[in-house]
Amino acid sequence: MAMAEKNGQGRRRSPFSSPALRLTLKTIGSILITMLGLAFVTFVIGRVMPIDPVLSIVGEQASKSTYDDAYAALGLDKPIIVQFFIYIWDVLHGDFGVSLLNARPVAEDIKRVFPATLELATLGTIMGVTLGIPLGVIAAVKRGTWIDQLARVVALVGYSMPIFWLGLMGLLVFYGILGWVGGPGRVGIFYVDMVPTVTGMILIDSALDGNWEIFKNALSHIILPASILGYYSMAYISRMTRSFMLEQMSAEYITTARVKGLPERTVIWRHAFKNIRVQLITVIALSYANLLEGSVLTEIIFSWPGIGQYITTALLSADMNAVLGGTIVVGLIFVLLNIFSDLLYRVFDPRAK
Amino acid sequence: MRPFKHIMAGVVMGFAMTLTAAPVAAETPANMLVIANRIDDITTLDPAESFEFAGSDVSRNLYGKLVNFDPMNLSAGYGPDLAESWTVSEDGKTITFTMREGVKFQSGNPVRAEDAAWSLQRAVILNKTPSFILTQFGFTAENAMDMIRAEGNTVSITTDQRYATSFVLNCLTATIGGIVDKELVMANEVDGDMGNTWLKTNSAGSGAYSLVSWKPNDSVTLKSNPDFYLGAPAMERVIVRHVQESSTQRLMLERGDIDVARNLNPDDVAGISGADGVAVDSELRGRLMYISLNQKHPVLSKPEVKEAIKYLVDYEGMQNSFLKGQYVIHQNFLPATYLGAVGENPFSLNIEKAKALLASAGVEGLEIEVGVREAQERIEIAQSLQNTFAQAGIKLNITVGTAKQILGRYRARELDMYMGAWGPDYPDPHTNAGTFAYNPVNTDEAKATGLLAWRNAWGTDGLTEKVAAAVIEGDRNVRAQMYADIQAEFRQVAPFAVLFQKIEQTGRADNVANMNLGGAITAVSYWPITK
Repeated sequence: MAMAEKNGQGRRRSPFSSPALRLTLKTIGSILITMLGLAFVTFVIGRVMPIDPVLSIVGEQASKSTYDDAYAALGLDKPIIVQFFIYIWDVLHGDFGVSLLNARPVAEDIKRVFPATLELATLGTIMGVTLGIPLGVIAAVKRGTWIDQLARVVALVGYSMPIFWLGLMGLLVFYGILGWVGGPGRVGIFYVDMVPTVTGMILIDSALDGNWEIFKNALSHIILPASILGYYSMAYISRMTRSFMLEQMSAEYITTARVKGLPERTVIWRHAFKNIRVQLITVIALSYANLLEGSVLTEIIFSWPGIGQYITTALLSADMNAVLGGTIVVGLIFVLLNIFSDLLYRVFDPRAK
Repeated sequence: MRPFKHIMAGVVMGFAMTLTAAPVAAETPANMLVIANRIDDITTLDPAESFEFAGSDVSRNLYGKLVNFDPMNLSAGYGPDLAESWTVSEDGKTITFTMREGVKFQSGNPVRAEDAAWSLQRAVILNKTPSFILTQFGFTAENAMDMIRAEGNTVSITTDQRYATSFVLNCLTATIGGIVDKELVMANEVDGDMGNTWLKTNSAGSGAYSLVSWKPNDSVTLKSNPDFYLGAPAMERVIVRHVQESSTQRLMLERGDIDVARNLNPDDVAGISGADGVAVDSELRGRLMYISLNQKHPVLSKPEVKEAIKYLVDYEGMQNSFLKGQYVIHQNFLPATYLGAVGENPFSLNIEKAKALLASAGVEGLEIEVGVREAQERIEIAQSLQNTFAQAGIKLNITVGTAKQILGRYRARELDMYMGAWGPDYPDPHTNAGTFAYNPVNTDEAKATGLLAWRNAWGTDGLTEKVAAAVIEGDRNVRAQMYADIQAEFRQVAPFAVLFQKIEQTGRADNVANMNLGGAITAVSYWPITK
């Protein structure tokens, strides 16, 4: 503004000259381009992969005329690019299409399965963060000691152990033998459909309903799969935390702080840890996003009807509307988490403001 | 470090509270049946459209049919259900059913002849995948109203030519024969879809159960019909939960969280065999494993080579190793328990005999390709074949692919050899006879891709006419003998070697009684079950 007055140009400022607006537009543009690219790649892969959506619908025994009718009804006789633009046009109108397999709107299916994954991944991430950060900090502070070695082994095991095996062993020991936790599924059979759906997350819905018996039952069912995801998340977060902290602990300002006689606790948490918060945000966001889309195996073992299992089943059955819808939602979550972590950067890092 | 200690203490307390509060071993209520099954193949619950295993299981318990199987006496064949009797016209083309009086749909509407006729007309007009089960009798969207008629308390079905009565009635026991509540369904019609969209996820039947909910890949919940005409079922609620993993199903069964585990693998079956409170049932199902030889191949079309290959299969070895408990040797195209099924299995591994047959045909250094879909048991069978074929000097190249890749080539008559599975579409012998041994026009242009004989370019050596004769034979016993004779000939001359029939092993709590999966001919029935 000052510059404009100084130059005496007196022109009205372009509405796009506001940095905040420019940033917003840039962000929206980047989301749109990313989502369009993601949809295009997924769409093309879906069309060229050697799975036949028509066979999935009409079955192996169908006659040629039945097959051809279904082929045309799916629009597969049109060029891929035309099919893609028809799909995008529908998506822009809020229509993700109908699942080829169960004939339900994909949007409704996603609304049903996504909260299940969100609930599981969120609890897993909370566990991962709650345990992973302190573990990483302790390992860095006690570098080279048995505590550090133990923390590293725990992290390494969590990171390298196949989640499938971990899940089965967890079920066998804590559910099958000890009976400490509920079995597969989100809630006991007797409580199915007994809580009104508000968020789709049973823990929250049962709490909102004041039904603490179902809350307790749901908690007993989610605790094991969430712990397994949490362990995986903890392994990643603690490794990264340790690495970030080691870098900080060897910095000169830490030596200076110690020379000044500051208590060790203050040096660790107020100085070193404060400076790794920004990096940790990215790590946590990535870990969270991975759990949101990558918990397929956990969902299969624990019969958890989440989005990972939904997309995988759809993919194996060539239900491309469901695959595309699910992929777009997961992709959007990734992008939004990135934007969220960017925003937190600005809060925690003065240089980014 | 105080904040850290606080956090850790909170976490430990949280875990401790959760674990101590968790439920211990459960037992399902006496009036509830809980089943673990893979139900991700359900695409619709409309009987005019449903054509998958898990969908058939649900549908059988929701809908009555004109004729049906008694789950406690499957070997008796079809019997009265919503129709209490029927008569056949002199020319054999019209069957007239008299409806059972006093039966009601779960909506409270009476089950009328009009509902029965409309349900069948609807299935023909909608023309969904299983519609061929009805349209093979000459019904079309145009003539369905005339050929299937309701009059007073009777429904008459007139076919385009004379067919065996048993053939028509067997077809009416298929899922597509389910009788729906016309008034209720039409009240939910959208854009002239005859209620198809609504009926995909709802029920409108008179069966033992009604649908509470179907959540794809999650669960199906049914509640009992207290007014079911055969009496209210003992199990007031049936919940089928989708559990993908065999080991998870086993754990749930052992913990008492489920009553029935439908998809246990051999290891888990062995694991629970003899365990307290658990029993294992084995039941023959309709699925067959077979290999077939493309008759366009100049060598594979030689009679001696076809016969030699049937002696190059290690039936016993496979049955007793990786297929143990899952498949049983069966060398005929009609599954055991079907009308006309026979138990002769004349072939066994005989390398020397096969070598002699190949030598008499002048075959040496034969190399062929077998197409196999990517399923573990099929690949293992193909590997076994590769091994035994090699002992007779045949090099078998295995091509593994997806359904699209392999079936695409099979349907285009491009594969030398195919190794795959076939499941009957409806509980009548014609379902398999009409595909394995029937091929009226054996030209590429005919594109009869639905017929296995055509896919293998086999003109059937005269069996097509015999199959056509069997399907119109009115006498049930004569008809059964005709299929037995056709199969005897088929075993010798066909380019097919049927290998095995599927066995389904089910784990159940030992207090669950009268559990019947439907054998090879139908689906599971929940209404006789008690605990």
